[in-house]
Amino acid sequence: MIPSSFSYQKVNSVAEAIKALSSGEAKILAGGHSLIPTMKLRLNSPSKLVDIGALAELRGIKESGAEIIIGAATTHQEIATNKIIQSKLPLFAQGGNSIGDVQVRNKGTIGGSLAHADPAADWAAIVLASDATIEVQGGKGTRKIKATGFFNGMFSTALQDDEIITAVHVPLAVGSKGSYAKFPQPASRFAIVGCAVMKMADGKVNIAFTGISNCAFRDQAAEKAISGKKIDASTIESASKAAVEGVNILSDHYASEKYRKHLAKVYLKRALLAVS
Amino acid sequence: MHVKIKVKVNGMEHVHEVEPRLLLSHFLRDTLRLTGTHIGCDTSGCGACTVHVNGKAVKSCTLLAVQADGCEVLTIEGLSTNGTLHPLQEGFHQEHGLQCGYCTPGMIMTAADLLKNSPKPTEEEIRHALEGNICRCTGYHNIVKSIQYAAERM
Ligand SMILES: Cc1cc2nc3c(=O)[nH]c(=O)nc-3n(C[C@H](O)[C@H](O)[C@H](O)COP(=O)(O)OP(=O)(O)OC[C@H]3O[C@@H](n4cnc5c(N)ncnc54)[C@H](O)[C@@H]3O)c2cc1C
Ligand code: FES
Ligand code: FES
Repeated sequence: MIPSSFSYQKVNSVAEAIKALSSGEAKILAGGHSLIPTMKLRLNSPSKLVDIGALAELRGIKESGAEIIIGAATTHQEIATNKIIQSKLPLFAQGGNSIGDVQVRNKGTIGGSLAHADPAADWAAIVLASDATIEVQGGKGTRKIKATGFFNGMFSTALQDDEIITAVHVPLAVGSKGSYAKFPQPASRFAIVGCAVMKMADGKVNIAFTGISNCAFRDQAAEKAISGKKIDASTIESASKAAVEGVNILSDHYASEKYRKHLAKVYLKRALLAVS
Repeated sequence: MHVKIKVKVNGMEHVHEVEPRLLLSHFLRDTLRLTGTHIGCDTSGCGACTVHVNGKAVKSCTLLAVQADGCEVLTIEGLSTNGTLHPLQEGFHQEHGLQCGYCTPGMIMTAADLLKNSPKPTEEEIRHALEGNICRCTGYHNIVKSIQYAAERM
């Protein structure tokens, strides 16, 4: 399968990429592991691709004060195998390692995954649960968007047309513990249900789901049921009862609405057990 | 619009004018006539098209040739040295790691990436590494054994 024709520009800086975007029908190409498959199927036919995949300024992981900053074009594999991430943000190592397969992880990027906003994407739940902030740059300058305000719906985010994700800022919460529990689609390994949990030192518990509905979300009812309490069999049961109620749950050939809802509750229990 | 790319494939530099939409898998097979890289599903799922770009296993059906500009590519043809099979190739031979052989180049390239990063992998690590490679013949058991064979000799 061959995509329809497009023109191609490899840029040398973020500024150049933003300029190229402002000229109309252009799209950013990062790892291409969401974009190229859709272009091959002709579900998407941008007239121009602006390649940021090789931009050094968008790659890498560094610790800065009380946060870890992950460049947008850092690959899933670079994140999952990074020493700082493994020791200080094991939730990101665990989540990253669950994406697709090694070939996909070697190309796909965290920025691309967040911008694409697939309803079953793993990073979405993980950035939500860890209270991360997404830094973007556009024609009007730089801004930071809280993960909780980033996802708008299916394949839809708070990004403007000329904005590029440049980095993900993850707070290093002292004494916190995170876990990701995922029921993968057996072929693509996208999340049928993914549940990311982050327990803070003060007892607050962040709970985020992906794969369940139009876009990843924080489950406030489940969080309320368990935050500030000891995580044990009975509080896990109440959180699981409260979870994904009143949510518009997806249904497809692989998992019906009822089955997905059941899985969500089971995977929340598993994630909570892991941080208890 | 054609774009000039310079790619080092199996140690040899190639300069070509390509259409941006040309996939790396087609560049390797059709332009360079390196047909050892197979195309199975053409939809990013089976791993038959796996090659290394700058030392990392990737699916060449899901990469544009222009993305490999300035990179080093290694395909199954570049794995043996001076006619001596790579331990993985030898392992697949000795342990019957293939039947029809369609998946084999991709399996071997993925395994080569694994052994570089994890020279003595456990069976579980081998199976995790092969998640993106599908074989419809062998049942994977002998593929795992072939990789273990190579790991012991590298
Ligand atoms: C076989 C297969 C299995 C997969 N399994 C999983 C899985 O289990 N879990 C999972 O979460 N994902 C999975 N994916 C998706 C994969 O993680 C993608 O890599 C990711 O969704 C997109 O990242 P990318 O860098 O490849 O982005 P691209 O495909 O290059 O871009 C995707 C979209 O984001 C835009 N974009 C890219 N970077 C930026 C940026 N910095 N700023 C603004 N816009 C940007 C592009 O314009 C495009 O619209 C799978 C993909 C494949 C092919
Ligand atoms: S042909 Fe590339 S993954 Fe199947
Ligand atoms: S040997 Fe036939 S597909 Fe693997």
